[in-house]
Amino acid sequence: MSRTLETLAPILLVAVLLGLWEAACRLTGVPAYFLPAPSAVAAAMAQDWALLLGSAWKTLSTALLALAFASLTACSLALIISTNRLLEKAVQPLAVALQVTPVVAIAPQVVIWAGLAHPDRAIISLAVIVAFFPIFSGALTGLKSTDPDLERLFDLYGATRWQRLLRLRIPSATPFVLEGHKVAGGLAVIGAVVAEFVAGSGGSQGLAWRILESSNRLQTAKTFAAVIVLSLMGALLHAVLQASEQAILRRFRGR
Amino acid sequence: MSPVASLIAVEVAYPGRGTVLGPFDLALTEGEIVALVGSSGCGKSTALRLLAGLEQPTAGTVTRTPERGQTAVVFQAPTLMPWADARTNVALPLELAGMAKAKAHDQAQEALKAVGLEHAIGSKPAQLSGGMAMRVSLARALVTRPRLLLLDEPFAALDEITRRNLADDIHRLWDQTRPAVVFVTHNVEEAAYMAQRVVVMSANPGKIAGQTIIDAPLPRPLGFRTSEVFRNAAEDVSHDLAKAMGHVQ
Ligand SMILES: Nc1ncnc2c1ncn2[C@@H]1O[C@H](COP(=O)(O)OP(=O)(O)O)[C@@H](O)[C@H]1O
Ligand SMILES: [Mg+2]
Repeated sequence: MSRTLETLAPILLVAVLLGLWEAACRLTGVPAYFLPAPSAVAAAMAQDWALLLGSAWKTLSTALLALAFASLTACSLALIISTNRLLEKAVQPLAVALQVTPVVAIAPQVVIWAGLAHPDRAIISLAVIVAFFPIFSGALTGLKSTDPDLERLFDLYGATRWQRLLRLRIPSATPFVLEGHKVAGGLAVIGAVVAEFVAGSGGSQGLAWRILESSNRLQTAKTFAAVIVLSLMGALLHAVLQASEQAILRRFRGR
Repeated sequence: MSPVASLIAVEVAYPGRGTVLGPFDLALTEGEIVALVGSSGCGKSTALRLLAGLEQPTAGTVTRTPERGQTAVVFQAPTLMPWADARTNVALPLELAGMAKAKAHDQAQEALKAVGLEHAIGSKPAQLSGGMAMRVSLARALVTRPRLLLLDEPFAALDEITRRNLADDIHRLWDQTRPAVVFVTHNVEEAAYMAQRVVVMSANPGKIAGQTIIDAPLPRPLGFRTSEVFRNAAEDVSHDLAKAMGHVQ
């Protein structure tokens, strides 16, 4: 009973809020370009669903491709850097500086570098940049977070560097790397959307473009519809990544 | 008989911490079990790392006769690889030495059988109880048939019944190949039960405060814990410990 209530509570809350919103719109007669009623947003979604889904897929596939690319580069770079203390010390400040630089700040320049005719390249590059760091720092932290007594055991049995890397450091890093991918997945979507906004040419028709286009035309219901699809997509991606992380960890630890 | 390993007037100092051990002497003869007793932080683990060859002393000499792979250490925590099952964990020392996987796993299976864990071969550490995980750790230490076995408070995290069972198991397994053993503990009774010789350490810096020889058969006979010999030995060790802590002149 209480479990059912707990599951129902958030749905109920949303329903109540939507009801109040609908009522407020109708009673006050606020113009639709200022605040569309939920029913209008639903109508916009129903009317444009094919377009919205296409755009969502465009943004999502960009984010996923960026995630895969970031994963590959971040893991390999972390592996190389972890083998050399001096290299790690040298890279660290640079990595921090790049990590804290907001993606919006560098987006215009990346758009120019990619060539104004190729907004897709700029968008994927920016998504890769933001997705890179959580995986990179997760992998680097993980590779160094081995149990010191296990390290001693490997010393005791005269393990080679290669054995230590393959049999101790990389497996120890796995949970950190998975966590990094989960964070990176969310950031890749944000990176892709920000980049689409900056590119803003219609050359790439992702969800951000739907938002830009409709808000420029004051079709606010369509804007809302696109935003809702965007957050649903983000939530779905997060849930999938979270579930895969947990499934892999369960297999990994045997429980 | 020349010792399996020895510490001769060794001192260990850490930067910013000063001298934590020494001057300290300890020589292990073939097949003997020595218990090292002392308060927390008195340098027991440091002495063990010297004997294992994992660390060099600041001053003094360490002699070691075991070759690579002939020294084994069991830590306070089981220190297993959480991603690997019991058999893979136990096979690790063999595989690191270059043994083929299939052969290493066969021997690991035997070692697990010897500690009574044949049913847990495929279990991962998270699926094992504390006592079982410690048995896996013990099997991993014994799988290479070491000449020098170093046990660093292996029972610290276990309950009394599990400790007693493990103590007898260690004696039984020791009896098969008779390696030299150093058993670190801060429990007086445990030291008197486990060892033929109990060395008590004082702290800051760690030095030898006293030694008790326990003249009784190993493995321990039934009822040893209530015997006169055991009680006297425990009392002597207790006395040394009190002296080490400055409670007795
Ligand atoms: N790497 C280290 N650097 C500085 N101090 C250390 C180091 N290792 C141990 N010590 C100190 O040396 C002392 C002895 O440590 P240890 O041998 O672990 O004691 P025990 O095992 O008897 O509890 C402790 O005070 C500890 O803090
Ligand atoms: Mg210790």
